[in-house]
Amino acid sequence: MRDIAVVAFSQSACVADIGAVNEVELIMPQLQAVYAQVGLSSAQDVDFVCSGSCDYLQGAAFAFVAGVDALGAVPPLKESHVEMDAAWALYEAVLKIRTGHADSALLYGFGKSSPGELPAVLSQRLDPYYLAPLWLDTVSLAALQARMLLDSGSITESDMAAVVSRSRQNAQANPLAQLAGDIGVAALLQDDYLLAPLRRGDCAPVSDGAAAMIIATVEQARRWGVPYARLTGIDQRIESHNPCMRDLTDSVSTRQAAAAAGVHEAALDVAEIYAPFSHQEIILTRALGLDEAIAVNPSGGVLAGNLMMASGLARVGEVFQRIVNGDARRGVAHATSGPCLQHNLVAVLEGA
Amino acid sequence: MAEWAAVVGIGQTRYKTRRSDVSIAGLLREAVDRALADAGVGFDDIDAVVIGKAPDMFEGVIMPESYLADALGASGKPMLRVHTAGSVGGSTAIVAASHVQSGTFKRVLTVTYEKQSESNAMWALSTPQPFSVHLNAGAGGYFAPIIREYIRRANAPEGVGIRVAVKDRRHGARNPLAHLQLPDITEQEVRDSMMLWDPLRFLEACPSSDGACAMVIAAADSISGNKPPAWIRGVAMRSEPTMYAGRDEVSPQAGRDCATDVYAQAGITDPRRDFDCAEVYVPFSWYEPMWLENLGFASPGEGWKLTLDGATSLDDGGDIPWNCSGGVLSSNPIGASGMIRFAEAARQVRGDAGAHQVENARLALGHAYGGGAQFFSMWVVGADKN
Amino acid sequence: MSTARPDVTGIEAPVYLHYHFTAGTAPARFLVRLREGLLSGQRCPRCAKVYIPARGSCPACGVPTTEEVLLPDRGTVQSFTIVHIPIPGNPIEPPYVVANIVLDGANISFIHLLSDCVNEAVRIGQRVEAVWRPPEEWDYAMDNIRHFRPLDEPDVPVERIGTLPVSGPAVPR
Ligand SMILES: [Zn+2]
Repeated sequence: MRDIAVVAFSQSACVADIGAVNEVELIMPQLQAVYAQVGLSSAQDVDFVCSGSCDYLQGAAFAFVAGVDALGAVPPLKESHVEMDAAWALYEAVLKIRTGHADSALLYGFGKSSPGELPAVLSQRLDPYYLAPLWLDTVSLAALQARMLLDSGSITESDMAAVVSRSRQNAQANPLAQLAGDIGVAALLQDDYLLAPLRRGDCAPVSDGAAAMIIATVEQARRWGVPYARLTGIDQRIESHNPCMRDLTDSVSTRQAAAAAGVHEAALDVAEIYAPFSHQEIILTRALGLDEAIAVNPSGGVLAGNLMMASGLARVGEVFQRIVNGDARRGVAHATSGPCLQHNLVAVLEGA
Repeated sequence: MAEWAAVVGIGQTRYKTRRSDVSIAGLLREAVDRALADAGVGFDDIDAVVIGKAPDMFEGVIMPESYLADALGASGKPMLRVHTAGSVGGSTAIVAASHVQSGTFKRVLTVTYEKQSESNAMWALSTPQPFSVHLNAGAGGYFAPIIREYIRRANAPEGVGIRVAVKDRRHGARNPLAHLQLPDITEQEVRDSMMLWDPLRFLEACPSSDGACAMVIAAADSISGNKPPAWIRGVAMRSEPTMYAGRDEVSPQAGRDCATDVYAQAGITDPRRDFDCAEVYVPFSWYEPMWLENLGFASPGEGWKLTLDGATSLDDGGDIPWNCSGGVLSSNPIGASGMIRFAEAARQVRGDAGAHQVENARLALGHAYGGGAQFFSMWVVGADKN
Repeated sequence: MSTARPDVTGIEAPVYLHYHFTAGTAPARFLVRLREGLLSGQRCPRCAKVYIPARGSCPACGVPTTEEVLLPDRGTVQSFTIVHIPIPGNPIEPPYVVANIVLDGANISFIHLLSDCVNEAVRIGQRVEAVWRPPEEWDYAMDNIRHFRPLDEPDVPVERIGTLPVSGPAVPR
């Protein structure tokens, strides 16, 4: 199989409400930023474009069609779209490059969740006959999951608060984060419950924004003469939808994806995990088999800022940036989709 | 460099206005079970699942791959949800093929669907926005002016659309799965049907259907089933913006470029001569002559002559039959419509198209388009690898 | 169960989701100008084409557009359809004409109603002008223009549609 490299990444600052900005205005600055990192002038300089978004976030069908106006698609581009987090657009692009039909790809994800009420919107992602009519929102589902973990004795509320505290601490070094600060476990535990046993800090904020990435074959990356990180493994797995049909205290699909992506074939020193709730970071850290020595979510993770439909791609981007900066040699990035970690993607990146 | 991939299983539902006898999952399973049986494999033999459909708002289920994972036997497997507007059925097949062509997987299940009867698709397509007038003239209202410009440009006679409407419905009457069954339709009937968006009459427009289409795509060393495989000889996608200054809306460059790309991969130099048949996305009658030109089956301005000469008609013994299955004009479950074109092209080269089989078909084109005729996906399938 | 009931084959599960829709920076400027009775487009810094309503980018070049161009409310029919079905919630009686209209000075068409005309006499290349609602009814909406109507001017040759210069001042009616 062809060796593939990540060569550029950019994301917008995480903000709760970006105001009167449309899809094109959201995406274009990130595209311009990744073109500049590689020295490209436009999307015409890559072989394939793939994006991830969800119409329901902003409440308009065909939001991704409007996004095409940001690309300069004249002459027409080889272009595709997944109605998923852009991490899955990365997956599609990796397969495309492996077929030999492309040597490079531009990826982007965008979301504007502020126009709607995200937890209620995402409740309509559930089984339309049995679950969606109950308006069971994503936070409530996550709270059920956290309760199972607590009752099983495998975590405590202090463990959850420790995840939040570390996220806020780490985010102080991340100028794009939405929530950052020096806040300890004891202080966090004094907050009231939002939806017991979840406190507000246990839940990722909702952010508007976009992220973009360029990948290429290692040969193409060398021709471009830019620093790169090799994408040595990528895999994604889904599991049963019904939350009552699986063990919510574990993430089997993450274990499967991690094994297939070769996470443990060599030592790791960084991990960026898409855990929208504090207890899920603990589940995922265990499923990924990460030990204490590995820096988990040095960016602060999505608890510090959550670009819906781009956060998964951004995890890959964060690991890429740490590798090309020399802060890490080998890292794992994780993305999730669906209620209670139903669908998970794992990518492994290494230094050139 | 790409690995060989082939269609080894095809399954479709019966298409109709309302499938109130099945849930969304049940609708997909009907197509999927048939595709797996056709391929002679079970869920355990499937490495990954690729699903596609048009906007989530059509059924009101957000990112439905979550809910459908169980019904599609996807648990523990990779799953991907493609959405490229009306071309999605074709793009989904291409993305599924890339799972195999990349050498990553041996056997992939792909399925697309629409169950418009469970929601209000008209509403989904027309949420009012202040910067345009809310005319809600539907897809026909959008495409009718483009058709009018084609007629002016090609100096085409008035009855061409009517001819296509009759031809595709007669083809559809040979296909027991087709939504519209109008074996005795006449040109007069089409002419007398209500004018909706001048120059498009009611019977010149596609129906709105519930339905699903599934395929099993396998690597060369994993061919299964009792029927011959349909080898994927070329795949291509192209996108351009909905509107830009100087855009040729009648014959979009994205369509021309996409065809050039896929023909080059498959070694096609003269599509009318080289192909035995084609399944092309024609939701409104006049799009047959327009696409005949866009896809290089006819010179600019000449497409309507092929239609009037019967070249695209199975019943008239035409040399290049288009849409023998009845096409989108006979069945239109939007998200699946593109994949039905791709699958019907494969059925032809497998010699498995029943009463709408083109005799000795060896090479066929599958085509889909979407958005404002701006997203294109195409594949070429053959009975042989070359 | 003592009484036989019909099988349940479906349930009604209405979905209500509330959104605070925003149009975007560039469309917002277009709407603010409309409120003033003006038609505002944007020029691409790379290819110089003028877009109305602009979305903040030149879709062909993929670069941001910022330069505002005020356009007159007269233009040319690029193409049209005569619609014979009613619009839900709109009192207009079919058949009515929906036209793609290119304003003078613009390089892109938009869709609007064409009225005060003989439907059968509408043609590609026909000159038209906007009929505005009274200023007191103006809102941030394209509906401020009630419809377009024919102008008594010679038709524009087809190859020149979409390339005409600005024909006159952009003034609120
Ligand atoms: Zn431009």
